[in-house]
Amino acid sequence: MSEATSTKAQGGMLGWVDARFPLTKMWNEHIGEYYAPKNFNFWYYFGSLALFVLVNQLLTGIWLTMNYVPTAEGAFASVEYIMRDVEWGWLIRYMHSTGASAFFVVVYLHMFRALLYGSYQKPRELIWIFGMIIYVVLMAEAFMGYMLPWGQMSYWGAQVIISLFGAIPGFGDQLALWIRGDYNISGVTLNRFFALHVVALPLALVGLVVFHILALHEVGSNNPDGVNIKDHKNSEGKPKDGIPFHPYYTVKDTFGLGVFLIFFAAVVFFAPEMGGLFLEAPNFEPANPLQTPEHIAPVWYFTAFYAILSAVPHKFGGVLLMGLAIVVLFFLPWIDRGKVRSIRYRGLGHKIGLGLFAVAFIILSYLGIQEASDLYFGLTVTRWSQIWTAVYFGFFAFLFVYTAFGFERTKPVPERVTE
Amino acid sequence: MKKLICCVLLGLTTAGVHAAGPSGDFMDANVDVSDTASLQRGANLFANNCMGCHSAEFVRWNALPEGLGVSMELIEENLIFGSYEVGDMMMSAMGTNDSMNWFGAPAPDLSLTARSKGPDWIFTYLNSFYRDPDASIGWNNTLLENSSMPHVLWHLQGVPEPIREEQGGELMTVDIEVPASAAGTMTEAEYLQATRDITNFMTFLGEPVRAKRHQMGVWVIGFLVIFTFLAYLMKREYWRDIH
Repeated sequence: MSEATSTKAQGGMLGWVDARFPLTKMWNEHIGEYYAPKNFNFWYYFGSLALFVLVNQLLTGIWLTMNYVPTAEGAFASVEYIMRDVEWGWLIRYMHSTGASAFFVVVYLHMFRALLYGSYQKPRELIWIFGMIIYVVLMAEAFMGYMLPWGQMSYWGAQVIISLFGAIPGFGDQLALWIRGDYNISGVTLNRFFALHVVALPLALVGLVVFHILALHEVGSNNPDGVNIKDHKNSEGKPKDGIPFHPYYTVKDTFGLGVFLIFFAAVVFFAPEMGGLFLEAPNFEPANPLQTPEHIAPVWYFTAFYAILSAVPHKFGGVLLMGLAIVVLFFLPWIDRGKVRSIRYRGLGHKIGLGLFAVAFIILSYLGIQEASDLYFGLTVTRWSQIWTAVYFGFFAFLFVYTAFGFERTKPVPERVTE
Repeated sequence: MKKLICCVLLGLTTAGVHAAGPSGDFMDANVDVSDTASLQRGANLFANNCMGCHSAEFVRWNALPEGLGVSMELIEENLIFGSYEVGDMMMSAMGTNDSMNWFGAPAPDLSLTARSKGPDWIFTYLNSFYRDPDASIGWNNTLLENSSMPHVLWHLQGVPEPIREEQGGELMTVDIEVPASAAGTMTEAEYLQATRDITNFMTFLGEPVRAKRHQMGVWVIGFLVIFTFLAYLMKREYWRDIH
């Protein structure tokens, strides 16, 4: 009796739980009393959207797994079975396939936000590193997922990508063989990619997202002005320019989610193939090891790196450069020696540099889909790829020189956040 | 900044890719899977002319009534030749071995042709046959050179003759024409409509849920617009006290 009254005094069921598990404490730390800057703009929607898309992928993925058959003989037919005979299977599958592309859309915008406002700079280097690992795992996840329908592009795309490992001198062929588990892409490869796609990588992704958010909440969110809101606290010790994540950003992100879902539903219901960008036409033919498709191109979210790869005439050189294009991003917090975070107060050189970098990424993505010999303004796609690859890497080289040797002329950073 | 956002979004949504076929331009099939009359005519032509050799192995017969707007009885009576059991797939009577012996290649399955090649490709293909005494099967096709498929619909279209032109020292087939003496039972316009109906039906086969998906999408997006508007109002109300 006395025990029952004492739990009641602490707040009924919640008190009972809180005495045994830090539920309220965790809620307050990460949501209810997590103070985020009040001046988040458009670019700050994409973090929560990425989380939403991850949940979408996990849930639709679980339901797809219920009917998918991970064998070379059964995979293609099982996907068609899901599309035709499973109740709402077509919707689940389109939500998953569209979700894959949507994931990269929001992640690219999320990453660009970090570039715009210097969110990778001290003290947020680890948030950036965790984010980059998430990005790399996501690429592996997407690549392996694209193989599962076992269509022509699934097969030949995987064949091309895995053969890249074979370009590594010395042990390359052995490595490619080890990854495939066979001398060619086969049912063996499909089995292991299925296991990695549905268990190992999602597990890693969820764990990394937790680290990413824990690191963020440890140092606090950056903002479009790049100022530290913890420098100005009120009498209660709360940042003057901060507002609790809940309810302010939960309602704001709900609105953002609505806008996102309108675009998402438009694709799912009216253009699930997205003109061949999200689902490539040759992938509606079953994998045929004896017949190479006319034109093999990866899905749009890889094409920038594919363009960098094909810009180099030497195969291993191309693989190295493509790898470097991703590795260099990991080092961004140390390449950028600037003391000012936000693009609003940085030197003109960096504004132009970052603009060119974004343009280079978009143009390379476009070039990666085209035939290498196509001509644009009298130059081949390969030549254009070389030019924009130079711009891509030039951004980092310029940024280092510009900031490390004192060339940057920054504007004064305000003490408090502006509107 | 706004411009940049627009650029990024536009770049992501409009850079569609279309792999053009070897001959480049296709005729415009202009398919509409909500046109059930066209689907019914197409199903009839498909069952009577295509299914002698081709299957649609991923499609169940009982997926047809909903999309075509007819009863299963009508489909059993008019489209299914031979025995039928519930859940049967649209399988051709011709075996792969026969196909290999008679045409040198298996007749490809047509469940997903509209998705892998596109409706325009199918429509163009069906309008590109011509008589070719040099070919082993007596027919050829301007879209798919030396295709092993004979012109099955010749009794409808007539027997097209090739129009050849010299190009770079080689005699090329540039167009086809049905001579008055070899006319079929249909006029040119009727044949175009018939092949469009077949193409439309094959688009349905590629994705039976297509018409339903469009219908549903309107309601889903309508709901989301209202939801987003309410979410916006709620956001504005909460943020009233933030300055």
